[in-house]
Amino acid sequence: MSERLLRFDDWTSPVPPVEREVVSRLVEGEGDQPPLLFVCGPRHGAWAFAERWLGHAAQRGFPAYALTPREKGDLRAHVHDVVQVAASLPRQAVLIGHGEGATVVAQALGRYPARAAVLVAPAPSRWAAFKTNPLGTLPALFAGRWRLNRRQLFSSALPADEADAFLQRMTFHRPANRISPVRAVGDPPVLVVGSPDDPVVPRPALDRTATAYGGAPLLFPGMGHDLMLDAGWAEPIDAILDWLTKELSAPR
Amino acid sequence: MHDTPDIADRRDAVCVIGAGASGLAAIKNLREHGFAVDCYERETSVGGAWNWRHDRSPVYSATHLISSRPLTEFPDFPMPDSWPDYPHHTQLLSYLERYAKHFGLTEAIWFGTEVVSCVPVGDGRWDVTTQSTGGGSSRVQRYAAVVVANGHNWAPAQPEIPGDFVGEVIHSAQYKDAAQLRNRKVLVIGGGNTGCDLAVEAAQQAGMVWHSTRRGYWYAPKYLFGRPADQVNARLLRWRLPLRLRQWLYRRSLAMTTGDLTRYGLPAPDHRPYESHPIVNSQLPYYLGHGRIKPVPDVTRYADGKVELADGRRIDPDLVITATGYRPLFEFLAPELLDSDPDGRPDLHLHAFARKHPTLAMVGLLQPDAGLLPLAHWQSVAVARWLRLRRDDPVRAAAVQQKESARPVRGWSRRQVVPTRRHWFEVDHIDYLKAVDGLLREMEPAK
Repeated sequence: MSERLLRFDDWTSPVPPVEREVVSRLVEGEGDQPPLLFVCGPRHGAWAFAERWLGHAAQRGFPAYALTPREKGDLRAHVHDVVQVAASLPRQAVLIGHGEGATVVAQALGRYPARAAVLVAPAPSRWAAFKTNPLGTLPALFAGRWRLNRRQLFSSALPADEADAFLQRMTFHRPANRISPVRAVGDPPVLVVGSPDDPVVPRPALDRTATAYGGAPLLFPGMGHDLMLDAGWAEPIDAILDWLTKELSAPR
Repeated sequence: MHDTPDIADRRDAVCVIGAGASGLAAIKNLREHGFAVDCYERETSVGGAWNWRHDRSPVYSATHLISSRPLTEFPDFPMPDSWPDYPHHTQLLSYLERYAKHFGLTEAIWFGTEVVSCVPVGDGRWDVTTQSTGGGSSRVQRYAAVVVANGHNWAPAQPEIPGDFVGEVIHSAQYKDAAQLRNRKVLVIGGGNTGCDLAVEAAQQAGMVWHSTRRGYWYAPKYLFGRPADQVNARLLRWRLPLRLRQWLYRRSLAMTTGDLTRYGLPAPDHRPYESHPIVNSQLPYYLGHGRIKPVPDVTRYADGKVELADGRRIDPDLVITATGYRPLFEFLAPELLDSDPDGRPDLHLHAFARKHPTLAMVGLLQPDAGLLPLAHWQSVAVARWLRLRRDDPVRAAAVQQKESARPVRGWSRRQVVPTRRHWFEVDHIDYLKAVDGLLREMEPAK
């Protein structure tokens, strides 16, 4: 039986509605560019994108939105929230997920025909996180909370006080499931972005995810896991927007 | 046929007829599969039957959905989860308008344009003649395929009642607002969902209400155990309970909630549960119990300005509303193209694919036991996949066609229904989705 067509989960027990926090930086007038919806993992909030990337994308003509995942939601609820927000936008949206948010986006692509999708440092590995920060991650190996430290999230180029200020704002949950690429509806182009020096998403994992979507990852050496906050944050977002501009102008 | 210079060749483009819910899904999914689309809509806006501004829309001011939101929304574009379980018709219209805007569909739609005829010209291509609604010069364009989504709830089916009646007789399509009922003596004819909804409307507004039904039905409540009833039913289907057991559970839960309706004078159902289109109405039994609705049998004729019933009684309403449904109508297609029977009912594979014309398809010609939109979505995905396969891999397409085209309706639908005019395109949505899924799998791109 196909889950694609027979959606008993949704038919028998729909995900309960919640107030969702969506932060946006909009563009004046009706531009040509599709809206971008940024999705973070449960560790962060919409603020992590609002800090740098949202404004930057809006400046380049892309109306940009970021969603804070609901508290205590499971993967299904988070996917539901992403699809709900995407469908509420005026036009077909581009989904951009970071970390565990990329896992959510990968699932959401099976439910919503995104214009395009970007997976940034997708699906942190518990084992890699453990090797670089045993004390903080140990509980996660037993399905408890985990905690990532400054060295894992940011490169040394980011001033320590800034990094600590970001860390202060993070909440920590147990990590979500592994990334499992589902068949994306509407065949959107998918880009995988990461850093070869990301301590929690090892390079081979990045390559594997990119291969699953038929491409190679776009790499930003020297950066930590949080590409949207780390020093040099402009480079990856500019590369993502360049890729989008190219993909969107190509005939479908 | 020769190419004449006044026929504009649209090459690989597909013609979609109608921009209601089904037509919009067809445009979106065809374009998603790489086809250029020209959609013709005789009205000046999207939404079809759900757009109350349209002359032929059957909705009235109090129309709400009778299937709940999760079983009614497009599977890839959910309705807002903050909406009620059973949204109002204006919400459904705004949903369709947002769908059209979200996916940029209106740029493919020619509004105020009617399709006059579709004629096959060999090699699977079609000459489509269009005209401005209400006249004007016509135009012929050639398309690679035609997808018909003209709806089946706009051409009223009028019952033949002999004799003369002094009061007013309207079809349910002409009922728009409760003011039409206020302080009148109203007879509602028809036991379908519309008939029952209108009987309830009348019970709240009119001075006197008779409700004429030909047979007994199972009147399911809209809520069961605190959940929308169709969501409870979906649970039984998920557990794959056998039909007989579901029928027994249905009888039990109805006996415990609605109770025995024969004591109000309604006939007992002459069929088992799930054997007719589901009637969902919580309020009808309530008003029967309050004596606001008087159930009466079939109407035989008008006599002496009054209405004569099958049991010989005469009643004297001053407004008769015939909620007797609609006829599917395809004036722009020769009946043999759809293998239609003398009553105008097409015989199509999965109620969607013309058996002898591989580039002619129908979307939304279904009467499911759930919302129509999800089914119309998957139908149009299947149509788009089929047309793409036929264009890109004719050899495999021929194999699929040979296997599929001869399959009779009984090959996938186990549905036993009472044999009436309205039930010929009745489908069980689970069986139907499984059948479409099977077809989609056969058309999977080769690895």
